[in-house]
Amino acid sequence: MNVTLKVWRQKNADEAGYFETLEARNLNPDMSFLEMLDVVNNELEADNKMPVAFDHDCREGICGTCSLTINGQPHGPGEGVASCQVYMRSFKDGDTITIEPFRAKPFPVIRDLVVDRTAFDKIIQSGGFVTVRTGSAPDANAIPIPKETADLAMDAAACIGCGACVAACKNASAMLFVAAKASQLNMLPQGKAEKDTRVLKMVATMDEAGFGNCTNQYECSAACPKLISEDFIGQMNRDYLFASLRQKFLRRKKNA
Amino acid sequence: MKLQANEPEGPLAEKWQKHQANIKLVNPSNKRKYEIIVVGSGLAGSGAAATFGEMGYNVKCFTYHDSPRRAHSIAAQGGINAAKNYQNDGDSIQRLYHDTIKGGDFRAREANVYRLAEVSVKIIDHCAALGVPFAREYGGLLANRSFGGAQVSRTFYARGQTGQQLLLGAYSALSRQIGLGTVEMHPHEEMLDLVLVDGHAKGIITRNKETGKITSHAADAVVLATGGYGNVYNLSTYARNSNATAIWRAHRKGALFANPCFTQIHPTCIPVSGDYQSKLTLMSESLRNDGRIWVPKKVGDKRAPQDIPEDERDYYLERKYPSFGNLAPRDISSRAAKQVCDEGRGVGPTGLGVYLDFSDAIKRLGEDTIRERYGNLFDIYHEITGESAYQSPMRIFPAVHYTMGGLWVDYNLMSNIPGLFVLGEANFSDHGANRLGASALMQGLADGFFVIPYTIGNYLAECRDKRATVGHSAFKDAEENVNSITKKLLNTRGRHPVSHFHRELGKIMWDHCGMARTKEGLEEGITKIQKLRKEFWQDVNVPGDNEEYNQALEKAGRVADYMELGELMCRDALERDESCGCHFREEHQTEDAEALRNDEDFAYVAAWEFKGVDDTPVMHKEELKYKETKMATRNYK
Repeated sequence: MNVTLKVWRQKNADEAGYFETLEARNLNPDMSFLEMLDVVNNELEADNKMPVAFDHDCREGICGTCSLTINGQPHGPGEGVASCQVYMRSFKDGDTITIEPFRAKPFPVIRDLVVDRTAFDKIIQSGGFVTVRTGSAPDANAIPIPKETADLAMDAAACIGCGACVAACKNASAMLFVAAKASQLNMLPQGKAEKDTRVLKMVATMDEAGFGNCTNQYECSAACPKLISEDFIGQMNRDYLFASLRQKFLRRKKNA
Repeated sequence: MKLQANEPEGPLAEKWQKHQANIKLVNPSNKRKYEIIVVGSGLAGSGAAATFGEMGYNVKCFTYHDSPRRAHSIAAQGGINAAKNYQNDGDSIQRLYHDTIKGGDFRAREANVYRLAEVSVKIIDHCAALGVPFAREYGGLLANRSFGGAQVSRTFYARGQTGQQLLLGAYSALSRQIGLGTVEMHPHEEMLDLVLVDGHAKGIITRNKETGKITSHAADAVVLATGGYGNVYNLSTYARNSNATAIWRAHRKGALFANPCFTQIHPTCIPVSGDYQSKLTLMSESLRNDGRIWVPKKVGDKRAPQDIPEDERDYYLERKYPSFGNLAPRDISSRAAKQVCDEGRGVGPTGLGVYLDFSDAIKRLGEDTIRERYGNLFDIYHEITGESAYQSPMRIFPAVHYTMGGLWVDYNLMSNIPGLFVLGEANFSDHGANRLGASALMQGLADGFFVIPYTIGNYLAECRDKRATVGHSAFKDAEENVNSITKKLLNTRGRHPVSHFHRELGKIMWDHCGMARTKEGLEEGITKIQKLRKEFWQDVNVPGDNEEYNQALEKAGRVADYMELGELMCRDALERDESCGCHFREEHQTEDAEALRNDEDFAYVAAWEFKGVDDTPVMHKEELKYKETKMATRNYK
């Protein structure tokens, strides 16, 4: 099969970007979308042209590196898949396919389809952890956790940190990403001690980075390669509300 | 060169405790005066960097990824072993130790493996405390599953994504230290050389992937936790960016490379579907419990599997190994699949595949039961191939999955270069000639969280007077070396893209240094690699410049290193004139085609010294002495 690609090219964050039209010929429908890009890049390289820069690594949908907006959809067609799990059989011979980076102000373009997602790391650094020094943990079975709680925490923890939720949201909101990590740790007994500071700090860092507010339309969950539920946003909002109230109360008590 | 393993004296069970009591300490107020470089941010690297930060050291951590959370530890599926004996099935440190050393076919160092088993229990405690959502039973306690090579149930897991959850746990600990300012994180920064000052590792040279800027970084010690080198084969279950550059450039600077030929090839992966293929995906071995493996009896039979009548099928594992059948050990199953494909009886468009057929199981148990047991795996298979394994058999083929070899280290995880430490898959120390399932995660976390934080102090306490700054001429020389490699790659302007050479090298490695090896084949492989390496440097085309985000240039540097490492792997396989674990020399097999070990002549670690790209490397031996363990023949019948 053959397809025509309209690919976003941009040399770096400072230069203006543009769409370049490239032909991808003699494709096998069993190829992955990224393998199709490999083939196009091989031809570009053989012509001594710069290949299309795109992020990828594990190519099995778990590392969260790949980040293509395909025909306007973060991670392209298909439910619950990352860009690397899209196959050419999802397209028709002769299709024109638009490929863009994950677009969001807090994700500046590095080159072509590669964006800078360090804002996500900063959010985790501000509170997405349990404070425990190596070697100081009690026996793992000392704290039983109900199976339902552990399973729900795992549902949230499945997040791969790709940023599709942000790219899918018209407000470029990172609420699903933040909610997934905050909920996972806040619902486990190990994370209870830092429950309030965690959610307050993570949300503050998220706001500083320039991510927008939730639209309540849940495009994030629909685009999520791990189908993380928007319910976690509700849980985070609850945690945030109570944490803010408790903080205010504590401050007043201190001042009195 | 005499290799000093520096194992502590005394009985195996007491060595580590004794060692911890005896090694030198760095006093808390002095720790902040030391700088440590950690390269890599997988389980071992993140664990080490986080713990160093907690202890008060100044840490710089480097990764070529955009974030430390992307390291390929994330892709491990099955689980992590630990001798907790929560199942009350008689597990113990001694038993985990014995299973691991036996699984490695008695080619690993006794003391290191025992320590691994010993600290395994602490890993689970620590990870649970970090908020890793391990699977639990209804009572709220941790659940376990069974894994290959063991008769107890000691594998902890988090659905089918244990590696992801453990890595994110280690990443959260690292992130906390980054936030506190004890660890300076350098994402998108790739190590391209090691710097030695007066024979000690005192820094590295890195290239920033976004700007191309080359920078020198000085420190009191360098820790490499950069993973394995299976991508020498081009096609593997590794991530596309996993590479050997950090350890290979350290090897070129004098670090010995141990047992490079020990490569694990996993029997059940989704086969190659064409020349463009970039990646092979693992399908859990558990499928072999209910699936039957077969190929057509006739060479070149291209009929659809449903059209091939029962008596024209060859269930070759059941035929050759009637007692084990489809559950024959990994290495045997892999080799048998290769054999039938070599005979021209492989299936699928490329002829490199065998059927894993569930139709009998579906007839016997019903589709619902099979869906319940393997539903997610059938889904993955469907996603990749577009085929339903409920209707027609899966096609599978073996793929490169893990490398047991790596840089040589002593008991303290220090290489033969003082101040250079190597952790996780990047070192050679714990898995011998074959790694058991669920042991890679265990080793990464053990090395990073629970071994190196202690053993590095022993070196640092002794090297107070040996400090270096980036002003030293050794840094300038190393930067020049890096720049000259880059220039050479960019200025060649030949006819072929890098991927062409990588694919060619992969084919040579797979054919000559893959599942079955022979003297003639390896010698031929070496000649072919030497020829290909020459062609690479004459005919590679790398577009663009150094001073920009240039993925073609990154790839070129890595493939250039594979061109040298591949040859060393063949040399090591040639030198090891026995079969053991994953290393199967056709000349040495039992009547039943089992690996025939030769303990008299080969019970050693082969540690290779680099002498120049086109010069023959020199092998140094570390004799393996089994003081408390009986070297038995692995018996799977």
